[in-house]
Amino acid sequence: MADVLKKVPVREQEPKVRAANFEEVCLGYNQEEAMEEASRCINCKNAKCISGCPVAIDIPGFIKEVKEGNIEEAYKVIGKSSALPAICGRVCPQESQCEGKCIRGIKGEPVSIGKLERFVADYALEHDINPEGPETTNGHKVAVIGSGPSGLTCAGDLAKMGYEVTVFEALHELGGVLVYGIPEFRLPKQKVVAKEIEKVKELGVKFETNVVIGKSTTIDQLIEEEGFEAVFIGSGAGLPMFMGIPGENANGVFSANEYLTRSNLMKAFDDSYDTPIAGGKKVAVVGGGNVAMDAARTALRLGAEVHIVYRRSEAELPARVEEVHHAKEEGVIFDLLTNPKEIFVDDSGNVKGMKVIKMELGEPDASGRRRPVEVPGSEYEIEVDTVIMSLGTSPNPLISSTTKGLETNRWKCIVADEEFGKTSKEGVYAGGDAVTGAATVILAMGAGKAGARGIDAYLKNR
Amino acid sequence: MYKILKAEKLADKIILMDVLAPRVAKHCQPGQFVIVKMDDKGERIPLTICDYDREAGTITIVFQEVGASTTKMADLKEGDAFRDFVGPLGCASEFVNEAPEELKKKKMLFVAGGVGAAPVYPQVKWLHEHGIEADVVLGAKTKDMVILEQELEAVSGNLYVTTDDGSYGRSGMVTAVIEDLVQKEGKNYDVCVAIGPMIMMKFVCLLTKKLGLPTIVSMNPIMVDGTGMCGACRLQVGDQIKFACVDGPEFDGHLVDFDQAMKRSQMYKTEEGRAMLKLTEGDTHHGGCGNCGGDN
Repeated sequence: MADVLKKVPVREQEPKVRAANFEEVCLGYNQEEAMEEASRCINCKNAKCISGCPVAIDIPGFIKEVKEGNIEEAYKVIGKSSALPAICGRVCPQESQCEGKCIRGIKGEPVSIGKLERFVADYALEHDINPEGPETTNGHKVAVIGSGPSGLTCAGDLAKMGYEVTVFEALHELGGVLVYGIPEFRLPKQKVVAKEIEKVKELGVKFETNVVIGKSTTIDQLIEEEGFEAVFIGSGAGLPMFMGIPGENANGVFSANEYLTRSNLMKAFDDSYDTPIAGGKKVAVVGGGNVAMDAARTALRLGAEVHIVYRRSEAELPARVEEVHHAKEEGVIFDLLTNPKEIFVDDSGNVKGMKVIKMELGEPDASGRRRPVEVPGSEYEIEVDTVIMSLGTSPNPLISSTTKGLETNRWKCIVADEEFGKTSKEGVYAGGDAVTGAATVILAMGAGKAGARGIDAYLKNR
Repeated sequence: MYKILKAEKLADKIILMDVLAPRVAKHCQPGQFVIVKMDDKGERIPLTICDYDREAGTITIVFQEVGASTTKMADLKEGDAFRDFVGPLGCASEFVNEAPEELKKKKMLFVAGGVGAAPVYPQVKWLHEHGIEADVVLGAKTKDMVILEQELEAVSGNLYVTTDDGSYGRSGMVTAVIEDLVQKEGKNYDVCVAIGPMIMMKFVCLLTKKLGLPTIVSMNPIMVDGTGMCGACRLQVGDQIKFACVDGPEFDGHLVDFDQAMKRSQMYKTEEGRAMLKLTEGDTHHGGCGNCGGDN
């Protein structure tokens, strides 16, 4: 019998092997492993894990079914709260959410809730088990803008309540950040994302791609001309940020968004697709978040030596521990307490190197983290041919600037309340990165659920 | 899918197509562009809008075969379809939002080089429909490469055609024509709009700066999503970084750093060159030079 204090280990591709391919890193549990791990759950009466989940999945409830081998039942329990479990099981920061609250975690390792959720969801995808849709629609039309995690969740929830939902997507593929941002090796697109979106379609949700709200049409026109009675904005984060240092427009300097979009959405890593990507031989990724890890591990797989250049220390890395661990295992080099000063450019306009400076941690700043300050005279040069800026994004003004009466805050994020996603404009709700700035998939899903509740209440009381 | 209702060759390697895209046709304005994607594995290619018919729901695009993707695209025929066609993207030309009385006072000169005639046409046509006759310089390398001449003739004030080799119309570059018009033929213009290859726009701007003629250019850098998400299309405009897809595509030409923009547009030259070889030579393109060892 395994050690009850420890998680049943999950199978992964060997670091050396996976560093050269785009197949999924984590292989997940099989049923036997899942049932063994499920038996570690002590089914707390006042389960803290549920409160740690932004969409409040009945975690002990579904784990109990797994324990007994009723995987289809387990899927139904999750399905009451989440439309995208195969995705969340892979990309949620469980360590700071559900698993962070698990009683098992006090003395040993918490129950591996994320991996169990993933197992149940994958089982449902493989066995064609569909969520339960409504019997009839209620005739009310709702538009959802963006097919990322918040939009899909909001659309799924509204469809279950009987609304006629149409999702408008600006890109040519559905899924938002799930397809353009998160790499294949963390979240398989065909096997997981496309299939999970199929399930939302099964609920009766309609999708229209290639519609840029604010350009192809506006929110006011959707309401006035196309008969939508309410709108949910889940348009995501926006414009990539750059540092403003010399040389930043050189060929070979990319935003992480561009680098990842070329690889993930346009499949530039696959030779049979037409979009090119300059993989680079020696790559510096500037930043320390999950997106930086994704960009670094993508560059590694495209054959480069990769350095993460981050101005604080390892303890402050905003990325998930698991992502940092995986990146290190695969051979990404961490240049911590280091910050770029200038990018050197050759005569043809290509990156040939970067000047960086060592940093040390000073007093805590507004974020509560110790502020990095430059160590005088510690500049040095590193030889790189590619620099990927992963510094976050600022909101895209396409929607806020074309919608009458939609209030934004000083960061240009759409103002919406947390409980119902209500904005300053009647009938218009919002959530996800468009409201909060760049955050996580599951927080966006939580906001999608809030928006669905808000729209339902609004249309019922009208 | 977005059906092609008409496909026509305007000149060597220059193709015109009418595409059914009602949402785009309903909302587009002069100055804006679209992004097309041919099939599942194709690139997203930004193209200027040459004309639109709001009632028929069609957009006219004009493009030149320059890389692997546009060469494949040129093979599409009437009845075929694009997998994706998104727009209108970017901002409308500034004059669209100007007060008509103010606009009528302005003398405008449009300079179109090569396929630049395509984005110039809807602008001049829009002005014509609003009672404003703008002058147009239409330049091409040689007679056979002059496009949209009749269409422009019908909507412009004076149309000056010029070819680099003197085989048709006036002789010489568009810059020579602008110089003649302003300095020898006594023309006074308040604003110039120059659209064409980046090198042409650069030299037009050098000239008009000297002439004190404010000039707007339409930039066509490398793009991926076209909605502001990736930053691939960033340009140095004065002391600011601008994204051509959401801030542009039109900018004050006297502030644009053309040298940097031209270097940036060379970025994928080798990758695109490789893709082109793969397309024209099929599977045999690997190891062709005998130097690298290739795949065998």
